[in-house]
Amino acid sequence: MSPSTTASAVLAQGLPAEAGRLARAWRQARRRPASAVGAVIVLLFVATAIGAPWIAGVDPMQTDWKQVRKAPTLAHPFGTDDLGRDAFARVVWGTRISMQAGVFSILLAIAVGVPLGLVAGFYRGALDQTIMRLTDAWLAFPFLILAIGLVTIMGPSLTNATIAIGLGATPTYIRLTRGLVLATAAEDYVQGARALGAGDLRLMSRHVLPNIVSSLLVQATISIPVAIIAEAVLSFLGLGVQPPAPSWGTMLNTAQQFLETAPWMAWWPGLAIFTLALSFNLAGDGLRDLLDPRDY
Amino acid sequence: MRRAAISVVTLAVISMIVFTGVRMIPGDPARIMAGTDADAAGIEAVREKYGLGDPIPLQYLRWVGLALRGDLGHSIRTREPVVSTVATKLPITIELAFLSLVIAVGIAIPAGVLAAVRRNTLWDMLASGASLGGVSIPNFWLGIMLILFFSVELGWLPASGFVPIWESPLDNLRRMIMPAFVLGTALAAVLMRQTRNSMIEVMSADYIRTAYSKGLAGRAVVFRHAIRNSLIPVVTILGLQMGALMSGAVVTEQIFVVPGFGRLIVEAVFTRDYPLVQGVVLITASSYVLINLMVDLSYSLLNPRIRIGGRPG
Repeated sequence: MSPSTTASAVLAQGLPAEAGRLARAWRQARRRPASAVGAVIVLLFVATAIGAPWIAGVDPMQTDWKQVRKAPTLAHPFGTDDLGRDAFARVVWGTRISMQAGVFSILLAIAVGVPLGLVAGFYRGALDQTIMRLTDAWLAFPFLILAIGLVTIMGPSLTNATIAIGLGATPTYIRLTRGLVLATAAEDYVQGARALGAGDLRLMSRHVLPNIVSSLLVQATISIPVAIIAEAVLSFLGLGVQPPAPSWGTMLNTAQQFLETAPWMAWWPGLAIFTLALSFNLAGDGLRDLLDPRDY
Repeated sequence: MRRAAISVVTLAVISMIVFTGVRMIPGDPARIMAGTDADAAGIEAVREKYGLGDPIPLQYLRWVGLALRGDLGHSIRTREPVVSTVATKLPITIELAFLSLVIAVGIAIPAGVLAAVRRNTLWDMLASGASLGGVSIPNFWLGIMLILFFSVELGWLPASGFVPIWESPLDNLRRMIMPAFVLGTALAAVLMRQTRNSMIEVMSADYIRTAYSKGLAGRAVVFRHAIRNSLIPVVTILGLQMGALMSGAVVTEQIFVVPGFGRLIVEAVFTRDYPLVQGVVLITASSYVLINLMVDLSYSLLNPRIRIGGRPG
């Protein structure tokens, strides 16, 4: 048998398996059409964020004094703003900022929160108590108040807003991870691995962590839309992205001054936040059903 | 007792975080706390009062001592004591929070109960869909859209401003109804989901089956047995949502120009009024802890089976 026939045999065997997986995904998607639509819209927003320069067409910062606060037309499908900038281009570029803030802040929260929760849940005792009391205190600061406080110290910018949102979301991940670790560490297979002589680090990374990843993923789909809204709020208050950068929050801030003469300025950025957050939540619901089939 | 002790520890940690936070602002703390327009004598006075030359732990203890006696320093901008500034703004936000709580509970509990009792019907889907929408809609955009519709288009309600309730309760309500609705919907979405879940759980409990089997009508079972028991987790969520309500108030007051606690925070940040920011953050976090302590203690009133610190069972 020549190598090429072996390869094609493997390929032939592999194909039905691949098709089976696709068919299964399709069945899952058909069972929850709303979640599937949500997931597709999230992917469209991701594509928009990546392809912003090509989709927007015109420069989002380009001012045009002859086109100030014009209602939507074919040339400017979302209208223009108070400086004659194309609202469509600004909403498209705003996707990038929102996605960046939403995803990176939650990645930060996971990077800080999961190791702390893991250590607290795994070792228990005084370390656990210390970490959890700190978490309690951290949680007592309302999300936005904490973010405002941090931005006051660090100064307003997209990076600092992202850090502030991420630190605000961290306690949730510490608590969640700790709870999951407490439940997982008591399982027989973890005890078994320990009896076989596995070290703490190996137990945590090979036996505990893989079993709690799906719950963390579900939590991430819940927190990302919250983080996206939080970024918009901070920018709306002037504590996040600074003008003239196109962020949905700063656009709404400007729009508020022209509600009577140019209401379209307020429609699109808000609609974009709402659609993105709703799609994330719908997709997250589906993911939760898929990974964590408890009945709710 | 144990819950109370934990709360005291939490409060102590909060005060340390706030204390450290203000000291992380770059620059001379005495200059920062005295304000940019303060002269050398003013800066010295602040340095003297807070003992800013002393070791840090001693400074912290002095600051906590003053805070416990109700002295959180003076606002840089107005020279008013922080405590009295907060005291004039807080009632406005409490009224707003109360109204939105009424709206939230008024929507969420009937909708949640209905969704659970008529599970997997059109009612359930409508309620769950509305709840998902409520979580996803940015409340500041909802506020702007309400102004656009009710104030700009229809001209029914004033877009902004504030009238004290003792001057004209009607005008006060006309200006508070939109912000309260905006704040209430976000809370209602979360509460509804919780009410539905805990109602479903309670409805499958043994005593509900017993109530049915002894011949009670469905309505009586739901109202007399199920709702009361399913409300305990809802009250917990309500306590934990106080923080979100506070965050929401910051944004909502900003949009509707309500001169409350939330607007005070934003103003304080923009004017770099550090003592005011410090005081406001400390008060917010502390009240969150105290509210949740009260929520925990209220369980034993709602359900005598739970005795905090007592033996389980």
